[in-house]
Amino acid sequence: MAKGNGIFRIGTGAGFSADRLEPAVDLARRGELHAMVLECLGERTVAFAHRDRMADPRRGYNALLERRMRALLPACRQAGSVIITNMGAANPRAAAERTRDIARALGITGLRIACIEGDDVTNLVGPTQAFMDEPGTLADIGRPIVGMNAYLGADAIIPALEAGADVVIGGRLADPSMYLAPLMRHHGWQTSDLAKLGAGTLVGHLMECGMQITGGYFADPGIKDVPNLAECGYPIAEVSADGSAVITKLPETGGQVNEATVKEQLLYEVHDPASYLTPDVTADFSHVRLKDLGKDRVHVSSAAGRARPEKLKVTVGFDAGVLAEAGVSYAGPSAGTRGRLAAEIVETRLKEIHGIKSPVRVDVIGAGSLFATAGKARADSEDVRLHVALRTTEREQAELMLWEVESLLCCGPAGGGGYRGVITPAVETKSVLIDRNLVNPTFEILVT
Amino acid sequence: MTDRRRNERLFVRDIAHARAGDKGNTSNINIWVYDPEDFELLKRSVTPERIKREFPRLVQGTVTRYVVEHLHGLNLVMREALEGGVNASLNLDSHGKSWSYLILGLTLDAGEKTP
Repeated sequence: MAKGNGIFRIGTGAGFSADRLEPAVDLARRGELHAMVLECLGERTVAFAHRDRMADPRRGYNALLERRMRALLPACRQAGSVIITNMGAANPRAAAERTRDIARALGITGLRIACIEGDDVTNLVGPTQAFMDEPGTLADIGRPIVGMNAYLGADAIIPALEAGADVVIGGRLADPSMYLAPLMRHHGWQTSDLAKLGAGTLVGHLMECGMQITGGYFADPGIKDVPNLAECGYPIAEVSADGSAVITKLPETGGQVNEATVKEQLLYEVHDPASYLTPDVTADFSHVRLKDLGKDRVHVSSAAGRARPEKLKVTVGFDAGVLAEAGVSYAGPSAGTRGRLAAEIVETRLKEIHGIKSPVRVDVIGAGSLFATAGKARADSEDVRLHVALRTTEREQAELMLWEVESLLCCGPAGGGGYRGVITPAVETKSVLIDRNLVNPTFEILVT
Repeated sequence: MTDRRRNERLFVRDIAHARAGDKGNTSNINIWVYDPEDFELLKRSVTPERIKREFPRLVQGTVTRYVVEHLHGLNLVMREALEGGVNASLNLDSHGKSWSYLILGLTLDAGEKTP
């Protein structure tokens, strides 16, 4: 369906920080989109971005920004599609400038790139601030804070669109708000029209994880088969003025859109279906109607909305030292018993001989690892891997752990091989709620 | 529906599909039956009390269950169930993405076999 009939066509070009690029280029070229959203930020990735910016003040934005912009700017320019993204992460200014430089190098002139700032509230929140969902205050963290980002809503994005931005780059722009903002502008929805805000938020929520609604993260062979996942297409929403929408994808792409794929995404990372909180609205998904129209088209309607939350959520990232991980593999008969012996040896040496008090976890992959905390026992495989993880603020302890695991090659059970070890800086996160009036987003347009 | 699912329905996976997500230290899992006729069986099989009973170490906080009747789905919200959350957990799967298969691996309510 081409643009027209008042329908707004919005597509997803990334649903997380490391999402695929070439299907996004395909969508930009063939999708006839009004807007493409690249949602690339989560609790984990915003923390990593702060870590990157600490190491180099020119970084701290999505590591794939350059590649994505090089491929998508020409295609979206050609199609007349606005790009909206939170790839700015911890450094939207640097991301916008980098995008401007890339556009210039590609010979794209007159491109208007909006840089939205103001989500970084590090200087606005004090140590007495209470955590959102657990006892305690920021003062209890006892480690250096590396960044605090408030979730910004559609009201931070719309002014940039009204100023004629072709590309909108921000940091902690809330995922569904990046979809809601262009919908509000296109369809003329007012902030008082809460049902429409709820409907637009539903569209954003369904779309924000990219292929999670077109068959990605869904397949279970024999029960839930999905065609051609290797060439899965990103989703498109065709959104009507009343807020109802058809979720679909490009023809001749892999994956599928049906009632089941939409349902799994409907309540993904949702708690109470009647109260999905965003900076824009308290959305109500509890009466959503789904109608499978066939041919990878599902009609969604009947989302509702109530007044937006009074406070804004803030993700607080703090330096948590390092995460150290190391492993050795065992295969063949008795692999499981040898793997478990290796686990006992490492635990004894780390805790009793070296006196390490930091959190250590020892798993035997192939004999129950992910579900170990849930107390699920599993039959041994003939191919297991000892996996040791340690969080510590003392780098020497991390290095010692790697050394201990590597030493199993000569000092551990028979037949161990394939040692690997890695130490990565760690940033932990907590959430707090702050007054809206403390947060004043701004934007600036860079022109090529 | 495959013959296996029709003939020997032992696990939640035989009647339903699910996806897990995380926010902070809270895990939520949405679960949907393939056939609306199985929804009562799902509701009997996946209760907050059972989740607390089956996974006492994993779920340190409360379990709340939301029922979406007209779409035949459940949403389980499990507080303090991610070993501190994605940036603190030492689990290889620090998001708890695989928790969906903890639920799908539960046996169906034994009462089903009683006519």
